Amino acid sequence: MSHNEEFQRLEGKIFTKSFFILLFVVLVGFFFVGVRYVKGIGAVSNMSDGYPWGIWITYDVATGTAIACGGYAVAILVYIRNRMQYHPLIRSAILTSMFGYGLAGFSVMVDLGRPWNAYNFFIPSKWQANSAMFEVALCVMAYSTVLILEFIPAILTSIENSKWERMQLVRNWLHPKFQPNQQAMNDKLEMVRLGAAWLKPRLNRVLIFFIVLGITLPTMHQSSLGSLLLIASTKLHPLWHTGFLPLLFLLNCIFIGYAIAILESVISSYAFNRRFEVDELSGLANLIPYVTVIWLTVVIGDLAYRGQIGAALKGDFYSCFFLAEFLLVATGSLLLFREKMRRSPRWLFTSAALIVLGGALYRFNVYLIGFNPGKGWRYFPSFAEVMITVGIVALEILGYKVFVKLFPVLPNERAHHHNDNQGPNHVDVKPAFSGSTN
Amino acid sequence: MKKQSRRDFLKTVAASAGIVAGCAGSALGNETLHVNNEELGMLYDATKCVGCKACMAACKRVNHDYGSLSYEKASFDKDGLWDAPSDLSGSTRTLIKLFKESDTRWSYVKYSCMHCQKPSCVSVCPVSAMTKEKVSGIVDYNKNTCIGCRYCQVACPYNIPKFQWEKAIPQIVKCDLCRNTNLKERGISACAETCPTHAIKFGKRKELLEEAHQRLRENPDKYIAHVYGEHEGGGTNHLYLASMPFNKLGLPDIKPEPPAEFSEKIQHTIYKGFIAPVALYSTLCFIAIKNMKGHGTGADDSHSTGHQNESHKNESPKNGEER
Repeated sequence: MSHNEEFQRLEGKIFTKSFFILLFVVLVGFFFVGVRYVKGIGAVSNMSDGYPWGIWITYDVATGTAIACGGYAVAILVYIRNRMQYHPLIRSAILTSMFGYGLAGFSVMVDLGRPWNAYNFFIPSKWQANSAMFEVALCVMAYSTVLILEFIPAILTSIENSKWERMQLVRNWLHPKFQPNQQAMNDKLEMVRLGAAWLKPRLNRVLIFFIVLGITLPTMHQSSLGSLLLIASTKLHPLWHTGFLPLLFLLNCIFIGYAIAILESVISSYAFNRRFEVDELSGLANLIPYVTVIWLTVVIGDLAYRGQIGAALKGDFYSCFFLAEFLLVATGSLLLFREKMRRSPRWLFTSAALIVLGGALYRFNVYLIGFNPGKGWRYFPSFAEVMITVGIVALEILGYKVFVKLFPVLPNERAHHHNDNQGPNHVDVKPAFSGSTN
Repeated sequence: MKKQSRRDFLKTVAASAGIVAGCAGSALGNETLHVNNEELGMLYDATKCVGCKACMAACKRVNHDYGSLSYEKASFDKDGLWDAPSDLSGSTRTLIKLFKESDTRWSYVKYSCMHCQKPSCVSVCPVSAMTKEKVSGIVDYNKNTCIGCRYCQVACPYNIPKFQWEKAIPQIVKCDLCRNTNLKERGISACAETCPTHAIKFGKRKELLEEAHQRLRENPDKYIAHVYGEHEGGGTNHLYLASMPFNKLGLPDIKPEPPAEFSEKIQHTIYKGFIAPVALYSTLCFIAIKNMKGHGTGADDSHSTGHQNESHKNESPKNGEER
């Protein structure tokens, strides 16, 4: 990799031990997906007419897309707030967003009872603008497309620089009878390469419009994910049912987005044995408390306005979950107020994890835990149901691990630390960490 | 610099938050519900019901094929002699239950779709598979459009729509007032036609309400002084009279404001004329392009190549200040 490139491909084998472990988990998940399509949703899940949405919607869609908001949050920072120093983080953030949203879409297809009718979303006479679900569905589809477009430059760069070694190996491995003509193949590959080189600058020129679209769409559908539960006024516990649901969900996804960008970066530095990007991360961490403070203020203010503070402190089942969600976010934010904490990868990791957990718990509380359809209904996910979700998450991690080795996604350590290595800001990862995950 | 950046940041957050918050705040106003008493409905009088379940049998007989209903065996019934559903389900549209408080205090109750004046299920269905017919007010379901997202189930405060969990090709099941079967052929719903004690009265909402209030006037001691469904959730076309408190019969206490009105107002305010999203997009475009120009890279994105390092260098001192 050249020094000039901002991003670099991670060198390393693709087929590692962890690759096969993850693959196994993915296959188990997909086995149950198969069962679901043959025998019906009831055969694999504990969902019922009282709890028609289980963890597939709660985790994969409502929480998963928030966790996939790293791309959104970092894009706001880089392009709207004009903090170009965070640009090195954006590709890995967009990649995780791409997998997060893509697989959320996939699990919706598992969850839908009649997925073959989904084409109705594209038929104007069937549109139903009153439905928050309609808005979420269209926005998520559009955003997934935008994410793919945003990621294409990385793929094009890869194609441009590729020497097609694997392709040549495959060709040599084939029986001579099926072997394509070496010269013809090279010509065609050269054309692909030139095509990529032609397309890249042209795509780059219009890309900013897609990037901004990629900021607008999540603003819309993340708030609408909150709006989804507005109508369940008799079922959702008053601790969570409020007209501010859209606002709370929007703020929630922004702080989860920043926190997850930190987590991702720390984990991949650790796992791939790279240097921690402490400067960028502490800068990101500096922002989180401001969002969380607004979020926490709206939560408290709204509870006070609706006279529900007593219910929040009652100590019953619902109040415990509320307090847990609230304290996780508050504790994580408090830690980040201190400069020293923000500069330590360990504390960054801890506080970001607390905030992601608290933010995710908020979404679980709204979609599942605070949802009570009436007497006699119970829900706890079944093994198969959990395995489908776990399989999808495993596929996400697997895809990330493969993509960072195929395409220039991670920040180029040399190019990027080259500029500011005067500061005492480098934390080198010692080789002691290596091995297990790589 | 530090202060500056924080203020900037708060501005960004506050701006986007403000749009949503403003909408949520101002959402409560205008758009009032007009109750249409000409719509079709049913009045169920629990004091007249003898629990014979003839209505359940008739419903299944008539709607078996069209409504994808089937018989449900009870666990004790090895020979499968009876249709014994324990609740409304993917095979059962209407159901009689007995609520027994003591030997002298008990009541039957019939469950089926309430055919709301402002149905939540219609409001939330993303593909218009749930519809409310203009003239008759019947809330109908079209399985050929339905995507099976089950949002209607989440939204319905009465837990009426049911899903066929055990089927590979499932659908939602709910009462459509025999719209395509008995109502079309004989002008009345099958349950009301069959009921031997006239506990179910079929007709226009106006007539049903008059009848209900007359019964309350004539026998004030017999009934709880309330017509369930007259105002619940904006009013329903399926009305109830009973001698026991309705919440004991499994009919939830619901405020007179339709839940769908609350959510639609917020949704409409945010997306009125699609102005807010377009405004947001253009503003962000403006800012982003200005920012790109500031870095001397033009509209050219710096997703790859060397431009980025330049801007990165430019930013570094600032970055230093910020610390």
